[in-house]
Amino acid sequence: MILILAEHDGKKLKKTSLEMISAARGLNPEITVALLGAGAGKVAEEAAKYVGQVLVVEDPKLEPYDARVYSQALQQIAEQAEASLVLIAGTRAGRELAPRLAVRLDAPYLEDAVKLEGIQDGLRISHYAFLARVTETLEATASVIIATVKPNTQPAAAPNAQDGDIFEVELELTASSVRVLGRTQEKTARVALTEASLVVTGGRGMGSMENFKLIEDLADVLGAGVGATRAAVDAGWRPYAEQVGQTGKTVQPNAYICAGVSGAVQHLSGMGKSKYIVAINKDAEAPIFKVADYGIVGDLNLILPALTAAAKRLKD
Amino acid sequence: MKILCLIRQVPDAEARVKAKNGLVDLEGATLALDGMDEYGVEQALRINTDGANTVAVALGGARFEDAIRRALAMGLERAIHVESSEHLDVVTQAKILAKIVQEEQPDLVFCGGQHADSDSQALGAALAEALNWNQITWTTALEIENSSVKATHDVDDGKEQLELELPLVITTQQGLNEPRYPTLPNIMKAKKKEIRKASLADYGVAGGKVRVVKQEIQDKQRLNKLIDGKDPTAAAEELIKLLHVEAKVI
Ligand SMILES: Cc1cc2nc3c(=O)[nH]c(=O)nc-3n(C[C@H](O)[C@H](O)[C@H](O)COP(=O)(O)OP(=O)(O)OC[C@H]3O[C@@H](n4cnc5c(N)ncnc54)[C@H](O)[C@@H]3O)c2cc1C
Ligand SMILES: Nc1ncnc2c1ncn2[C@@H]1O[C@H](COP(=O)(O)O)[C@@H](O)[C@H]1O
Repeated sequence: MILILAEHDGKKLKKTSLEMISAARGLNPEITVALLGAGAGKVAEEAAKYVGQVLVVEDPKLEPYDARVYSQALQQIAEQAEASLVLIAGTRAGRELAPRLAVRLDAPYLEDAVKLEGIQDGLRISHYAFLARVTETLEATASVIIATVKPNTQPAAAPNAQDGDIFEVELELTASSVRVLGRTQEKTARVALTEASLVVTGGRGMGSMENFKLIEDLADVLGAGVGATRAAVDAGWRPYAEQVGQTGKTVQPNAYICAGVSGAVQHLSGMGKSKYIVAINKDAEAPIFKVADYGIVGDLNLILPALTAAAKRLKD
Repeated sequence: MKILCLIRQVPDAEARVKAKNGLVDLEGATLALDGMDEYGVEQALRINTDGANTVAVALGGARFEDAIRRALAMGLERAIHVESSEHLDVVTQAKILAKIVQEEQPDLVFCGGQHADSDSQALGAALAEALNWNQITWTTALEIENSSVKATHDVDDGKEQLELELPLVITTQQGLNEPRYPTLPNIMKAKKKEIRKASLADYGVAGGKVRVVKQEIQDKQRLNKLIDGKDPTAAAEELIKLLHVEAKVI
């Protein structure tokens, strides 16, 4: 049986959950979804459309999220349900939780899988390594294996013909000793970066916060998400939620259009798998051009408005 | 306060990675102390400014010694090197490191937020679990008063401020500080600092939970079509046309 820790917001399943369900279906038809934390019960009926069994745990100790308490909960569920594989989303929260669970279960941990295949008594996955310059294939055989699934790498599952069963579960949990003092949520009015089929990104070359209007204008005409490099985020020009790269988000749109971005390895590791890469840079020697499909060598202050105008003409 | 810094030796971010017979071949590659680990070394030296009670801990091949010397040259007091060129899965690494932590009894362990070889974010949390400690991941700001720690760290949809008690495992990243460059006198001094060598056998932990099947370099062939932007309007027209007609993405 495969146990999936579903991500939800208390109202709906997150996209990563449907992606994990579709990855799991390719491995084993017996799937249980665990819904943990506040509002888990409200999502149970939705989850039951996709899998045979849904377990709901609404213990107040699961709020706010603490990887230490969540790993305790998942250990108890995995052991009772005799799961052979536990799937967790390859988000920051998931990649903090999964290794804790692996230690608790003394199980192999396969991290951030982009591809999952069953093997005799085990699992084979592919994931990116060496700052996404290498694709590595790993294998483990054990009675239980823990894996995280990289977001946006699997298709979303469709509902089953028949709904699964929902059970409420009680666990014995230790209260968290972490005090959350504050939280800054960064929301964007535009299409979510990681789900956008087009992304327009600005780097240090944009020169100022105000000048990002040029990026936003082009993004709005194209219906694209807006991204930024670490340099632009560190300068305070853009929110961290828009950062693409090793310490930001990983995106894989149909086209990644960037201006004033040099193409540092840490940035490439977050967007290098995009279908098409398009760069605007005044320096013809900028490393970004080596990985670009299309590029314009020129001043972004002139090129970006011209692109926005040309894109508008195309749309009209 | 006593602080351990976990460090790794990894290919330099700019280095071209090659593969031979289906595995990454680091022969001839520039190797360096993992940039993510440097933030932890720097932070340890900001907490214990004289470097006293700061220990580098490395688990890896003989080549890791260069990274260890670098951390010592930055100012850490001494080092422990568990020498092994075996591929160790993260649970096994955590078990070995937990034994070292239990021997050394630090208040704080720093670990890089994501390692530039395995691209793994797992070690800090795995070690914390093996110790039954709390952890803070992706830390960008840190304030320690007596045994109380206030930290800001990145979460999936923004930032979060936490307050916890020591002992802790803290994973570090860019933004936490600006790591120092070792000075020449400190590089000389580091040559004399103690590196205690140990082997896997000393810790009685067997690895082998995860097997590496293959490692492949996938350089996607890019079109590299560059347009001269001297005439912005014409260049923009041409690019939009290529994206519409050739790439069919807009
Ligand atoms: C551990 C670690 C993690 C990191 N994580 C990330 C990450 O997640 N994401 C990330 O992006 N970076 C990350 N970085 C930083 C990364 O190394 C680079 O410093 C950063 O990506 C550079 O951003 P940039 O391309 O915007 O700026 P720069 O490298 O300064 O490039 C600016 C470019 O703009 C061009 N330009 C300037 N003016 C104009 C103009 N008028 N018209 C056209 N072009 C112009 C210049 O030619 C130049 O190529 C990380 C670094 C470390 C050490
Ligand atoms: N993902 C990883 N997990 C554990 N150890 C690793 C990993 N990546 C690299 N190493 C270590 O780095 C060694 C290479 O050392 P050497 O052959 O001495 O250059 C590997 O054999 C491992 O010991």
